[in-house]
Amino acid sequence: MNQCKTFIKQLGFARGVIVAFTVLLFVLAFVKDLQMGQLISDCLSRFGRHGILVLSLLPFVKGGLGLNFGLPVGVLCGLVGVVFSINLNLAGYDGLAVALAVGGGLGIVIGLFYGWLLNKVKGQEMVVGTYVGFASVSFMCLAWMMLPFNNPTLVWSIAGKGLRMTIPMDDTYGRILDNLWSFTVGDIWVPTGLILSFLVACILVALFFKTRHGMAIIAAGQNEKFAIASSIKPNRTRLLATTLSTFLGAIGIVIYSQSYGFVQLYTAPLMIAFPIVACILIGGAGIRTATMFHVIFGCLVFQSLLTVALPVANEFIGGDITEAARIVISNGIILYALVGVGAQK
Amino acid sequence: MIKKIQDHLSEFIVPIIFLGLCAIGVIYSEQSPGFIINTIIERLGRNCFLVISLIIPVVAGIGLNFSIVLGAMAAQIGLIFAIDWGFAGIWGIVMAAALSTVFSVLFGYFVGLIFNRAKGREMVTGLITGFFANGIYQMVFLYGAGTFLTILTQDLLLPRGQNEAGETLYFGLQNTINLENVQYAIDDLIPLPAFINNALPDDIFLPIFPFVLIALACLFVVFFLKTKLGQEMKAMGHNQHISEISGIKVNRNRIIAIIISTIMAGYGQILFLQNIGTITTYNSHEYVGMFAIAALLVSGATVSKASVLNAIFGTFLFHTLFFTSPLAGKNIFGNVVLGEYFRVFVAYGVIAIALALHAWKTTRQNAIKAEEC
Repeated sequence: MNQCKTFIKQLGFARGVIVAFTVLLFVLAFVKDLQMGQLISDCLSRFGRHGILVLSLLPFVKGGLGLNFGLPVGVLCGLVGVVFSINLNLAGYDGLAVALAVGGGLGIVIGLFYGWLLNKVKGQEMVVGTYVGFASVSFMCLAWMMLPFNNPTLVWSIAGKGLRMTIPMDDTYGRILDNLWSFTVGDIWVPTGLILSFLVACILVALFFKTRHGMAIIAAGQNEKFAIASSIKPNRTRLLATTLSTFLGAIGIVIYSQSYGFVQLYTAPLMIAFPIVACILIGGAGIRTATMFHVIFGCLVFQSLLTVALPVANEFIGGDITEAARIVISNGIILYALVGVGAQK
Repeated sequence: MIKKIQDHLSEFIVPIIFLGLCAIGVIYSEQSPGFIINTIIERLGRNCFLVISLIIPVVAGIGLNFSIVLGAMAAQIGLIFAIDWGFAGIWGIVMAAALSTVFSVLFGYFVGLIFNRAKGREMVTGLITGFFANGIYQMVFLYGAGTFLTILTQDLLLPRGQNEAGETLYFGLQNTINLENVQYAIDDLIPLPAFINNALPDDIFLPIFPFVLIALACLFVVFFLKTKLGQEMKAMGHNQHISEISGIKVNRNRIIAIIISTIMAGYGQILFLQNIGTITTYNSHEYVGMFAIAALLVSGATVSKASVLNAIFGTFLFHTLFFTSPLAGKNIFGNVVLGEYFRVFVAYGVIAIALALHAWKTTRQNAIKAEEC
């Protein structure tokens, strides 16, 4: 009971409202006799789909860098991996493995650059990251048009060059992890492989934070001066945290794309950071604190909210309000976090 | 000596690169000089005011005010109601400006309060505040208009199916709102004197009044910064902490700076929309902040230093590149879209580089100061 109370206290007012709102939507969906099985299955897949992307924010916050609005940097690396593997006509697990390897590898290299840059702009990581993310998405818009990919499934059929806006993955490895060991309970379909992959990633990251390097990241993130006093080099731990974050972002979008069944290029990743950041914040994280629980809980709550909001809104007022509501909720919670910490000083 | 030249060069590197890009754009767009000059004049007239609205918060040490989007929203609210109430011509603009001022003061006050709680993170907070307000704005006009917000003109509303009695339900604003009643109301208010008009080549059109307004805005900013309040803001821009100790009401002044900026952004957006002639209700304001900020930064302004000249020169450079790049892209690569992506990349890239360079400089200075201590 006490634990429950401290949990609610930690959650804070805004987050409490969102959690309550999600519950309310589920109740409404139940009352209105919507297909609950379908809804819960959708919640589960969306939860697994966004999981690793949300997880990618964890090292960033723990390293003391704030919220990673530069998530598109990692996401673009992952997308290059996916496109690369499809261009080679690789299907099934081979394709997935190549996409993960290329995307992840690129994520590490680019992550090092990104981390180096963020070390130079200490204190302004969030706003610089936001615009580095925007700039890299728009730069890749040019690149997607010019890069010499030639597989007919990827490029515009008339021009013969330039990648398509969205690329279906049915013939390669679309939903391959979702279908792995999946099963049905009642009306609920459980994408076991997808959720397992997320949980494995969570465990690996959690284990990483138990190692010497992981501990150093946390120590430097909490107090840079104390960290220096105990002979930790904060610049190095920040670099490591950023690289890990970018790497996970790249892996995350590969998993996302295979689960979604389409690769979305060009301006699709432009705004991806904001709803993902909202996930971890709804879980209870702040600019300086985040735990694995915040990642999992936040992802589950916010993705469920988004899934269930559309059909319920359709019943009452009309579906197009959910888009506006999504913008209000995700940016509202980010604003709350940005303002909230300032007040504690 | 060489170091000095290097310093100067690094200060002007962004505008120099941009001048080069503009030259390439202008040459490869293969348009007549008359068309290019006309377009630049038109774009200067409609965008400059918005860019000027950014200056005061920069001087006051708040940084680039990404939340001028709220001013643009206030302007659109003003215009929508002015049109709905049947105002036309310059009176429509006056009405819209009056409403816009009221809403801008309100929005600016709230943004100022938010910024005071997020010191050191104003820019990212401003960006998110803009997104958040956009969501609220969409909700209000998609559902509120015609339900709890009374809209007199039915043509402005979306038909949304029928109720049980068979009457068509109307609520939510149309996606585009025609401003033909107020279009060019400012541009054409003062006609060009005949002797100037005759002296100009036939294909050049010069709207006078927008430039009068822009000049007034410039004068206002320059004189405002000379008043006591303006001087206090300058001091805050140099060092907030010392200003606080020497008795300047920092928090209050920051809110005032944001309110002024929001009001000016509102007027800027009205000037912009009366020239364009339509409001795309749910999108017109979205990129206002980004384009205005990019335009300011290409002139070599930074997060902590900007002047009226920066605003004018930057708008000129940015919009020259902005409208020539799709044309140039078509002529160089045979692809319009490429040019369009390129200009968006330039806008984001310029902001990213300017923010990074400024933060870099600040951290380096802080490190030097820390060593000296």
